[in-house]
Amino acid sequence: MKIVVPIKRVVDYNVKVRPLGDQSDVDLNNVKMSMNPFCEIAIEEAVRLKEAGTATEVIAVTVGKKDSQEQLRTALALGADKAILIECEELLEPLSIAKVLSKVIEEEDPKLVILGKQAIDGDNNQTGQMLAALLNYAQATFASKVIIEDDVAVVTREIDGGLQTIKIKLPAIVTTDLRLNEPRYASLPNIMKAKKKELDIRPIEDLEIDVSSRTELLSVELPPERQAGIKVESVEELLNKLKTEAKVIS
Amino acid sequence: MSILVIAEHDNSNLKPATLNTIAAGSEISPSVHLLVAGNSCQSVADECSAVEGVEKVLLADDVAYENQLAESIANLIKSASSDYTHILAPATTFGKNILPRLSALLDVQQISEIIEIISEDTFKRPIYAGSCIATVKSNDPIKVITVRATAFDPVNTSGGSATVDSISAEGLSDLSSFVGEEIAKTDRPELTAASIVISGGRGMQSGDNFHLLETIADKLGAAVGASRAAVDAGFVPNDYQVGQTGKIVAPDLYIAVGISGAIQHLAGMKDSKVIVAINKDEDAPIFQVADYGLVADLFDALPELSEKL
Repeated sequence: MKIVVPIKRVVDYNVKVRPLGDQSDVDLNNVKMSMNPFCEIAIEEAVRLKEAGTATEVIAVTVGKKDSQEQLRTALALGADKAILIECEELLEPLSIAKVLSKVIEEEDPKLVILGKQAIDGDNNQTGQMLAALLNYAQATFASKVIIEDDVAVVTREIDGGLQTIKIKLPAIVTTDLRLNEPRYASLPNIMKAKKKELDIRPIEDLEIDVSSRTELLSVELPPERQAGIKVESVEELLNKLKTEAKVIS
Repeated sequence: MSILVIAEHDNSNLKPATLNTIAAGSEISPSVHLLVAGNSCQSVADECSAVEGVEKVLLADDVAYENQLAESIANLIKSASSDYTHILAPATTFGKNILPRLSALLDVQQISEIIEIISEDTFKRPIYAGSCIATVKSNDPIKVITVRATAFDPVNTSGGSATVDSISAEGLSDLSSFVGEEIAKTDRPELTAASIVISGGRGMQSGDNFHLLETIADKLGAAVGASRAAVDAGFVPNDYQVGQTGKIVAPDLYIAVGISGAIQHLAGMKDSKVIVAINKDEDAPIFQVADYGLVADLFDALPELSEKL
């Protein structure tokens, strides 16, 4: 069974992002970039399925700038067998990304596609579901447990207030939530080996897909600043303030 | 110009986030229609017809919609979409699951989790877990939007007199099927819907000590959350986690106990109306966002707080 794992290069989750001076976008100059944390979980799940003998091949794919090769190398170091970069200088919207991925997936014909539930830059939470629609695949979003049984997958999903388990026909799309697994760290020998592996790099133009933007980013600004409040001296005073000043408890 | 809001419900009751979503819809157009798709859910449709600001309720009652699986529901919404300029759903796991699928079926770029409506095609939404706010204009003919419930005050559950029109099932899919559900059995509210949240961090020292928070939560009708540090330390399960990689909350009152205030955590709670921090380290960054800070040992402060409530 072949598994495709689309991944994304994003600003590292420890970086505090700020708008550019002219507020036209976020300032991404000289910030640390990493693999999106939910994508790491997706890679880990695919690699575990391979280690368990359920999967035979794990293919990482990304759509992005040349720099994204770095994250594909990380995917290879974590256990992916092959990596594909669809090179594109512009930042694409999730719908366009899903269209590009659907083309790659049609070529690769995997039985399972695992993606992060969202990227921590745009926080859109869309690509997996869109990809499922474009391919007319079943979808199991926000997965915390995945069991493969022949031609179906039984997936437990994190929903508001609890868990839901569904059965999906394969091929299908699974998007990962935090509890699915704890991703491993790449070992130094594996990082070295990954550097030597060949990447499959293709210009996006070759796919002949309309990836024009449907939305315009008008501005990016900081949220209203939160002012530090006051220090209270005692529990008594705290309760008083909450009752009479903030009026949030009675 | 009419707007379609997708109702979230459990076949017996409407979920409150729908009311906030209707409020967002009403800001765009006075003509808000509600789609109720479920099984034996006439009572939900009746409930919806009384909601303030709803002009019409579309009821798709079919056994296939019992669990509102994305494949069939997205097809259904698509078939009903041609009369609408905007399709809205709450940005809950329900809406987040279904709407992007619909959006791709309609060949539209969805706008996720809006917090403000500037005009019928321009919206504000948080990016980078709320570190920045983006203003985005959609040029698509149909706007497909999820709404962050905490950013809009809910409409009233009474005062409306909408008609209920039944519509037939369309595009049923057998790609997925429901197996089971495990809804946490607690009398406490859900983290993302609670008006008061009390969270513990690494300072709690152990999972057992979370009972100190639970006692207070029960007195306040609050939900219990945790920082990623507390989850990573194994004190509580991951579904307690408030933060960039966990749940985003914006209650009326957020009480952070033994939480230092890493960016990661602040991203998940800084839109709360009132923030209280209890921490023994007076230099903890959490105090920079707290309205009321108490520098104290939580093992002294919590029992006292519990007693005085």
